[in-house]
Amino acid sequence: MINIFEVAETNEMIEKENLDVRTITLGISLLDCIDADLKMVNEKIYQKIYEAAKDLVATGDYISDEYGIPIVNKRISVTPIALVGGAACKAPEDFVSIAQTLDKVAHEVGVNFIGGYSALVSKGMTKADEMLIRSIPKALAATERVCSSVNVGSTKTGINMDAVKLMGEVILQTAEATKTEDSLGCAKLVVFCNAPDDNPFMAGAFHGVTEADKVINVGVSGPGVVKTALEKVRGENFEVLCETIKKTAFKVTRVGQLVAKEASKCLNVPFGIVDLSLAPTPAIGDSVADILCEIGLEQVGAPGTTAALALLNDQVKKGGVMASSYVGGLSGAFIPVSEDQGMIDAVTAGALTLEKLEAMTCVCSVGLDMIAIPGDTKATTISGIIADEMAIGMINQKTTAVRLIPVIGKGIGETVEFGGLLGYAPIMPVNSYACDAFVNRGGRIPAPIHSFKN
Amino acid sequence: MCAEMRSMMKKTIITVVGKDTVGIIARVCTYLADNQINILDISQTIVQGYFNMMMIVDTNGTKKDFGVIAKELEQLGESIGVIIKCQKEEIFSQMHRI
Repeated sequence: MINIFEVAETNEMIEKENLDVRTITLGISLLDCIDADLKMVNEKIYQKIYEAAKDLVATGDYISDEYGIPIVNKRISVTPIALVGGAACKAPEDFVSIAQTLDKVAHEVGVNFIGGYSALVSKGMTKADEMLIRSIPKALAATERVCSSVNVGSTKTGINMDAVKLMGEVILQTAEATKTEDSLGCAKLVVFCNAPDDNPFMAGAFHGVTEADKVINVGVSGPGVVKTALEKVRGENFEVLCETIKKTAFKVTRVGQLVAKEASKCLNVPFGIVDLSLAPTPAIGDSVADILCEIGLEQVGAPGTTAALALLNDQVKKGGVMASSYVGGLSGAFIPVSEDQGMIDAVTAGALTLEKLEAMTCVCSVGLDMIAIPGDTKATTISGIIADEMAIGMINQKTTAVRLIPVIGKGIGETVEFGGLLGYAPIMPVNSYACDAFVNRGGRIPAPIHSFKN
Repeated sequence: MCAEMRSMMKKTIITVVGKDTVGIIARVCTYLADNQINILDISQTIVQGYFNMMMIVDTNGTKKDFGVIAKELEQLGESIGVIIKCQKEEIFSQMHRI
């Protein structure tokens, strides 16, 4: 039987170490909402999502009360809208109307984000894909809760450089369209390579076409729990360090598995996956950077950072995999800058640069995330950064992503405040040498060879 | 909502943490008895003057909803000056047992 110390340990994790379930995300297929008539598409989308998700928030709160574990977010992901709206939308504005429908139903059912305003263009773009991508700035400016993502490359197909070029422009336009809110729109826009179909985390969540009609995916979190566990093994060797991370990750993930199963039962929706992630928040003690410092770095960015992150990421997966019957999504340690106080401190101290962050993304989930850059950064430079990150994903057969925020009207050294879970960020310098001739070539980077792994 | 879960209520863990004082267990037990909640196990320690108690209870006999019991116990805790939490057992068994 459970003993008092185990009970105390769990409650300590929840109360003092910020253990929580970061999100219950309900994936909903909208493929059956396809229609040639735009009005009908919007109506069908609204109805389908409303019917599927009307009890989502209440169920989440109910489970949260029963187990005494905070469930921070309840969210929805839908089929990439470029597929759903393709038959009806004749102009980018038509797609914006679908974004508004998504926003309306998100408000109605009470979820804080709805993801899937997306296009999957890793090899080529259909007319609908391109229209959706071009509509992103307006869609994100006209809505509050809609999140957008574009998959521009994969290990199987290579990188669609036309899409990479376009996304550089779209990110800048989104920044411009939302400049009154410090270019907040860009915080809801992710560019992916090897995007997973079952990711529960925003802003990159969408309900892939390989998924069932509806599915429950859960994202766990617990950087504070890992940090506290590691405090107890200071000075011990790597074996002890890794074992401690694994055991902690196991415990954290078990909570996610429990919540996912309960939510699945309550909502009568199949359980999809648990995303084994260490997702930080700006709250003190909820930082992945702090774990890296606890492992032995003075600041994140110091030599050793990539190795420390690699072992952390790997142990989290090793511990978490056994704790859940199905694992998926982005599983790993997230390193968003603005959402992690330790990362913010490292950037402010000058210890952490964009280039080091790029190196770190080679060994962890997910990519260059929530990084504020000067508003006058050129579109081609943004495309160059995207291309670099996509190349890492393509070659290493992993998911990588870019969520950059060029803050219009602000420059290096200034700070931007996004509020809430999105946090705040110092604006980071970007290499000022141009890559226009590279980005403007057009076409695709071919898929990589899968042998000769050197 | 979620009728299936409610019909198969399992064991519940009640934890009481706070400054030690006379009659904490008595008042919690009285509340549980009044609400037909059966106590299966109690363990208790004092750590640095702080009272720490865990009860494993069976809530199958009570007519009240889990949420109501949790709320009322929380209020009872406030009146005694301790923190009382009420959680379904699975969160602990899942985390600490393979």
